[in-house]
Amino acid sequence: MLKINNLHAAVDGKAILKGLNLEVGSGEVHAIMGPNGSGKSTLAQVLAGRDTFTVTDGSVDWDGTDLLALPAEERARAGLFLAFQYPVEIPGVSNAYFLKAAVNAVRRHRGLPEYDAMDFLARVKAEMKAVGMKEEFLYRSVNEGFSGGEKKRNEVLQMALLEPRLAVLDETDSGLDIDALKIVAEGVNRLRSPERSMIVITHYQRLLDYIVPDKVHVLSQGRIVRSGGRELALELEEHGYGWIDAEGKATKTAAGARP
Amino acid sequence: MSEIDTWVARQRERAAHLPGAALPWLTRRRADAIARFADLGWPTSRLEAWRHTSLAFLEQQALAAPPSDSYPDAAHPAATLAALRAAFDDGGHWLVFVDGQFAPTLSVIGTLPTGVTVSALSEAFNTAPDAVEAAFGTADDSASPYALNLALCGDGAFVRLARGTALEQLLHLVFIGATGAADSHLRNLIVADANSEASIVEHHVGGGATLGTVVTRVQAAQDARITHVKLQQQDAQAIHVAQIEAEQARGSHFASHSLSFGARLARNDIHTRFDGEGCETLFNGLYHVDGRRHVDHHTLIEHAMPLGTSREYYRGLVDGNARGVFAGRIIVAQDAQRTDAVQRCDNLLLSKLAEADARPELEIYADDVKCAHGATVGQIDEDALFYLRARGIDEVHARQLLTYAFAAEVIERIAHDALRKHARTALLARLPGGAMLEELL
Repeated sequence: MLKINNLHAAVDGKAILKGLNLEVGSGEVHAIMGPNGSGKSTLAQVLAGRDTFTVTDGSVDWDGTDLLALPAEERARAGLFLAFQYPVEIPGVSNAYFLKAAVNAVRRHRGLPEYDAMDFLARVKAEMKAVGMKEEFLYRSVNEGFSGGEKKRNEVLQMALLEPRLAVLDETDSGLDIDALKIVAEGVNRLRSPERSMIVITHYQRLLDYIVPDKVHVLSQGRIVRSGGRELALELEEHGYGWIDAEGKATKTAAGARP
Repeated sequence: MSEIDTWVARQRERAAHLPGAALPWLTRRRADAIARFADLGWPTSRLEAWRHTSLAFLEQQALAAPPSDSYPDAAHPAATLAALRAAFDDGGHWLVFVDGQFAPTLSVIGTLPTGVTVSALSEAFNTAPDAVEAAFGTADDSASPYALNLALCGDGAFVRLARGTALEQLLHLVFIGATGAADSHLRNLIVADANSEASIVEHHVGGGATLGTVVTRVQAAQDARITHVKLQQQDAQAIHVAQIEAEQARGSHFASHSLSFGARLARNDIHTRFDGEGCETLFNGLYHVDGRRHVDHHTLIEHAMPLGTSREYYRGLVDGNARGVFAGRIIVAQDAQRTDAVQRCDNLLLSKLAEADARPELEIYADDVKCAHGATVGQIDEDALFYLRARGIDEVHARQLLTYAFAAEVIERIAHDALRKHARTALLARLPGGAMLEELL
């Protein structure tokens, strides 16, 4: 269970998250939608531990652990996974090396035996097949020269290998055509389980046709301004974000008016 | 008597005993060379090409004379050599020099194809004096350290490849500094006739606080293919000043890989000139300096004829208080139409006090050319660092991995498998956490 309470975060002194509250139960899939600049990616990065963002107030409790007190690598080992909106290219580091180092770091932390080269290859090849990635991608540098779709598949592959308790998918649909989107969504759906919570961040409701959320939240100006079921996403699809923005501004004005 | 005079007096004293002293042409060139050195003195920062790398301190340096014909610690060179040979499964040809002198008992030259000569220069003075004379070079236009080299060198490698011959195995030239109290001056001559092919590796190891100058001259005739790899891993007190001079005839291919990992001060001047159409060259380099060490690469690629292709990629890892210097010059002459040249130099600063200077220089006098260059000095990419950490890899390991990956791109351009692996091991031995990375790669 993840409990985000009154989270405030800033970058370079500029406040972006301004009192965000969210609870995600075990096995639940929550979608977070919102217009550009509403703080969606900031939320993802803050949860993953990016230190360019400063948490100025609030707390994040994750099954009794103070998530914000942990450095990024410890969050990952404890089972948090961020699927990056823009997966980073790392020339010179082979995907195979990277995946093995990541998987073994997590396994060590969980008290599981590290994979040897043979076992690891068998496992990774099976997972690659499941997300429709060719084997050659193992021997190429991490994400280097990958197309948008290939990068996102590589993210889903990592998620499958790392078996997180909490997965945060940051605009995993951006830059994907419909076929790639379906493959990525299938990969995600395959990983849904009662022990695994997911936060799916997206600008468009399109992704939610394929990854059906338990709850939908609308983020505007650094806070969750509406929460509801799947129908909320459809409402947004129909009306756009204009009415949310207006509502957000109204709330802010009201809050500012208080002494 | 000034310190320059001391060097000059020493040369005059040594000259009569240097190998080749009986050759009148050599005696003349040596005399001219020492006169040039006496005239110029050690290069100081007043000279543009030595602005970042003054050798003025050598004027105060009292260097012991080299040992006579035997070296005191015989076990050291043998052990060093054995370790090196093991890395190559004992294959290849090995020409070994200890403290600047040919070591015949350590050298192992396998069966060579007919038409291929591999010998010590000190022997070649007697066995092939005319060929040596033609390839030896003069000090007429040399920077002063290379004039001193000509005046004092008595040994090195002499390699001759007759037309159409190919040396299939690597030729290793191993230069071991054993006493740590001598200066050494070596000259390697590589004469490749038309259509010949060879890969030659210079290993520079040991050396103590020695001053070593090395000049390697390569003549690549029409369609010859010469790969030269230099792996400098000398002791952290050594001073290494070296020049590689190549001349390329029509359609020839010359690759220079310079890996500079050791020495307190290492200076490399690398130059090739395209004397015929359609030449190709690759200048590939990597340096790692830490502590208060200093490395400087000055390169020059002269596109004197049309249709030449040059690729130059240098990378530097600069740590501690160290300094890395790269100055790469490409000249495209008016006649060198349809030249295709790319030059890059990228540096990674690993500490706040590290300093890197990267200066690309393009002089283009032709109008139909494709030339690109770029230089960067930077830190580890924070996005990449976070990406690795977000996958559970701790920050220290992530930094080491990214540092290695940055440097490894240079090493990946070495085509020979065993050599590439050896270079990779040498790099990992330099980097913190290298042992862990090696396990996983």
